[in-house]
Amino acid sequence: MSDALFEFLCRMGDNTLVLGHRISEWCGVAPVLEEDIALANTALDLIGQTQLWLGLAGEVEDKGRDADRLAFHRDVWDFRNLLLVEQPNGDFGRTMMRQFLFDGWHLAQLKGLMGSDNDQIAAIAEKSVKEVTYHHERATDTVIGLGDGTEESHKRMQAALDRLYPYVGEMFISDAVDEEMVSAGIAPDPASLRPGYDAMLDAVLTEATLQKPADDFAHKGGKSGARHTEHLGHMLTQMQWLQRAYPDATW
Amino acid sequence: MSSPESSPYSDTDAAPHGKARATEWPLWEIFIRGQHGLSHRHVGSLHAADAESAIKNARDVYTRRNEGVSIWAVPASAIAASSPEEKGALYEPANDKVYRHPTFFDIPDEVGAM
Repeated sequence: MSDALFEFLCRMGDNTLVLGHRISEWCGVAPVLEEDIALANTALDLIGQTQLWLGLAGEVEDKGRDADRLAFHRDVWDFRNLLLVEQPNGDFGRTMMRQFLFDGWHLAQLKGLMGSDNDQIAAIAEKSVKEVTYHHERATDTVIGLGDGTEESHKRMQAALDRLYPYVGEMFISDAVDEEMVSAGIAPDPASLRPGYDAMLDAVLTEATLQKPADDFAHKGGKSGARHTEHLGHMLTQMQWLQRAYPDATW
Repeated sequence: MSSPESSPYSDTDAAPHGKARATEWPLWEIFIRGQHGLSHRHVGSLHAADAESAIKNARDVYTRRNEGVSIWAVPASAIAASSPEEKGALYEPANDKVYRHPTFFDIPDEVGAM
């Protein structure tokens, strides 16, 4: 049980860690100052959530690893994040599309976790859900604004959706870890979140005048750790470089 | 949050800026109320495509440190501003009218702070 719980908490924490780092890559180079600050705020929210998830994961594992240790001393095959969040930023439109696709799932997942039988998980979810509600609202507005914007912005948002949609399915695939979480009353069944997500997606994409790809093919292997895309390893060389060059350095 | 190209008050002499670029979002002036009972105060300006995104941008730019409980966003173009060149006529006449300051009254100690 504690193995599966550790695995589950790493999935939650690695999602927020990897996406938080990805968004932080925009710091100082976003198209406008207001979006730059907003993205940095989102990144900080996600890194804050990471500290809670991975901190709890370390406690559950009980091998003396804290959140920092888990974030900076694991290599790519130990990461349990969704493939979606490790995808490169691309242009601003693609970054916001990725954010929107993830936030929709993230919000539903956190709302489910608020009713978790595990009090610590419910408390983390309750704190996070306020932040993520705002992330989702902001990303939704941007997807609609750019999708239903100019010819150029529409084209880019459609291209972003076409590229990222194959990574949506992984969020709703259940495996043995999920089954154990469901039967222990800890987390909702991923598949149960899909209808609500699809309804949300369809409504927003219609308003954004974007076309959902017909093919439901889903890449997988991120949250199980079986096969990440090539991008995660490159990202970790940046994110972890200090601990790799100077192991256990502190300040 | 304004760029050199913006023209916040293009109708006044105080604004030698050029016209906003076609691709630039309109400028908004942001007012934030720090706590209940206080009034909204001007905190700065920012660019946004519409009123709703102006509020969101203001939330991200100006309330990161728990500064506010309420945000107003006003299109900068809707603000009428006085011209610096008229300051003589507008403000100097008040200079020698000290009797307008309520400093000539003795306030009894029992009243306390006013």
